[in-house]
Amino acid sequence: MSILIDKNTRVMTQGITGKTGAFHTRLCREYANGKAAYVAGVNPSKAGENFEGIPIFGSVKDAKEQTGATVSVIYVPPPFAAGAIDEAVDAGLDLVICITEGVPVRDMIATRQRMLGKKTLLIGPNCPGVITPDEIKIGIMPGHIHKKGRIGVVSRSGTLTYEAVGQLMELGLGQSTCVGIGGDPVNGMKHVDVMKLFNADPQTDAVIMVGEIGGDDEETCARWIKSNMRKPVVGFIAGVTAPAGKRMGHAGAIISGGKGTAQEKLAVMEDCGIKVTRNPADMGKLLQSVL
Amino acid sequence: MNVHEYQGKEILRKFGVTTPRGIPCFSVAEADAAARELGGKVWVVKAQIHAGGRGKGGGVKVAKTLDEVHQYASAILGMTLVTHQTGPEGRLVKRLLVEEGADIKKELYVGMVVDRATQRVTLMASSEGGMEIEEVAAHSPEKIHKVAIDPVAGLTDAEADAVASKIGVPPGSLPEARKFMHGLYQAFVQCDASLAEINPLILTGDGRVLALDAKFNFDSNALFRHPEIVALRDLDEEDPAEIEASKFDLSYISLNGNIGCLVNGAGLAMATMDTIKLFGAEPANFLDVGGGATTQKVTEAFKLMLKNPAVKGIFVNIFGGIMRCDTIAEGVIAAAKEVKLGVPLVVRMKGTNEDLGKKLLKDSGLPIIAADNMADAAQKIVAAVAAH
Repeated sequence: MSILIDKNTRVMTQGITGKTGAFHTRLCREYANGKAAYVAGVNPSKAGENFEGIPIFGSVKDAKEQTGATVSVIYVPPPFAAGAIDEAVDAGLDLVICITEGVPVRDMIATRQRMLGKKTLLIGPNCPGVITPDEIKIGIMPGHIHKKGRIGVVSRSGTLTYEAVGQLMELGLGQSTCVGIGGDPVNGMKHVDVMKLFNADPQTDAVIMVGEIGGDDEETCARWIKSNMRKPVVGFIAGVTAPAGKRMGHAGAIISGGKGTAQEKLAVMEDCGIKVTRNPADMGKLLQSVL
Repeated sequence: MNVHEYQGKEILRKFGVTTPRGIPCFSVAEADAAARELGGKVWVVKAQIHAGGRGKGGGVKVAKTLDEVHQYASAILGMTLVTHQTGPEGRLVKRLLVEEGADIKKELYVGMVVDRATQRVTLMASSEGGMEIEEVAAHSPEKIHKVAIDPVAGLTDAEADAVASKIGVPPGSLPEARKFMHGLYQAFVQCDASLAEINPLILTGDGRVLALDAKFNFDSNALFRHPEIVALRDLDEEDPAEIEASKFDLSYISLNGNIGCLVNGAGLAMATMDTIKLFGAEPANFLDVGGGATTQKVTEAFKLMLKNPAVKGIFVNIFGGIMRCDTIAEGVIAAAKEVKLGVPLVVRMKGTNEDLGKKLLKDSGLPIIAADNMADAAQKIVAAVAAH
């Protein structure tokens, strides 16, 4: 097992013919069971054509019906990304992973409202995606730095996730699944949603939770962990040095109204029994210490 | 993106919100003319900068004669206004807003933000207008009333009236308050704002509801569909280094320390800054070169960091994923040669083609200090700067 995706997952790419979509679909296809996993592309104006052998359909619904794909990955440009999520939700997919960076917040508010009561899960937007090492990679993370194992990783940031994985690998620790939930203020699954899945996954022994300034998702997750989590969790929060009111790259990474500081998040996490480090070079070692 | 108060008020008026009549001015002569055109007996001369706390800093004055308007406009235009939001260096005032005076009976606060937890636009209102809302939130949170607005239904009349009543709007003024809240919500949504603050919203002696101030931030992701908002951008209010960075698609923020850092990815960039601090120094900047950094981008990033005279050392931290370490190494070598680097440089590379990248750096003959991990790199740059 693993969470969200495994070697049996069948995936369609929305935006398969764009530069980014084409590039990453190729890399994902080359990774582990990618050849079998990537079964469809979606582009309304290129239905009936194919992308390097992957059939292209005019809609998500057609792609789902004709290939059995239940997961979609989205690379379409920001003005159309929320519409692409809506289409995947309406088609009843299980999971949508939106990689696109720069989606207007108002669009995401409308999309999240439409998703209420629907079964579809959303990861992102503005995220690196999800990987279950040696089985399947859906997103833009470098596949080869990962290895199958029993540690879960959940993070709001891309390269900082890779950093955590790199440290685990130096200690010989593989990963069950790594989830990049993205850095936007209005998005799909939060830390707590992913943590619940790791808690229930018999193949995950411990979790690294990487957060950053802005919002209170890490605090919410920490409180849930305190009363529910049966596995050790270690954490790091980026942005101790970030000044208030300055957006640090990610749309959600901003300390506003004195809320969402790294210190505050670290304090809550410690209160909830999560081992945290202020040294991002120590994430792997910290995780090893709780096994 | 931020706009000036007078621009925010122009936006509000388009959505039916009542504000005092006012005229933006770029010179004292324009301020004199504006006051005459507005007429009346009381005027307010307001510095226009992208920062709050202007009144306390001396940037807002009430004039009772045309001579006083002249006097205040002369004093404020060209002044360096220091407020709690500008930092100690302050901001040069280049624009004024001259407004008709208002008969303030009561000051209220109304704001809107996108709330992450509810994933909705949230209206926040308080009877404690004119104050810093953070202070109200800290000391008397019960005085802040919130409504998470349903994106389909929008703000309802009942919600608007209930909030208005809670913050002390008398029954006779409810229709005007309702019109204000609907106007603010429509402006917020239709212009893709990420934050709006009307502080104060006032009740006048004759029961009218007026927006006396207007602060707006707009979602930079949505600016592509708002050329009318982009046209309001005032580059004088932005950090020149940040403007320069945006031309090369670099995400850069100036900070107060002396170690420049160049990193790929926002989270890793923040973590790099944190590591520098952890080992006793301060970062000079946040700089995310993004996922698709080219030699040219890395070179521009180096130039940008070195324009800051405070920078005494540079820390490059790259996790090579799709972007290969050898590509970055080539960029670093080219940049170091082009800018004739005179400060210590520590490079930490990890990930794809790490060995090749390290070899390129070593063979370049440049005095580059290599490091194995982030902590090692931070310690090395801190030590090198101290010794330099």
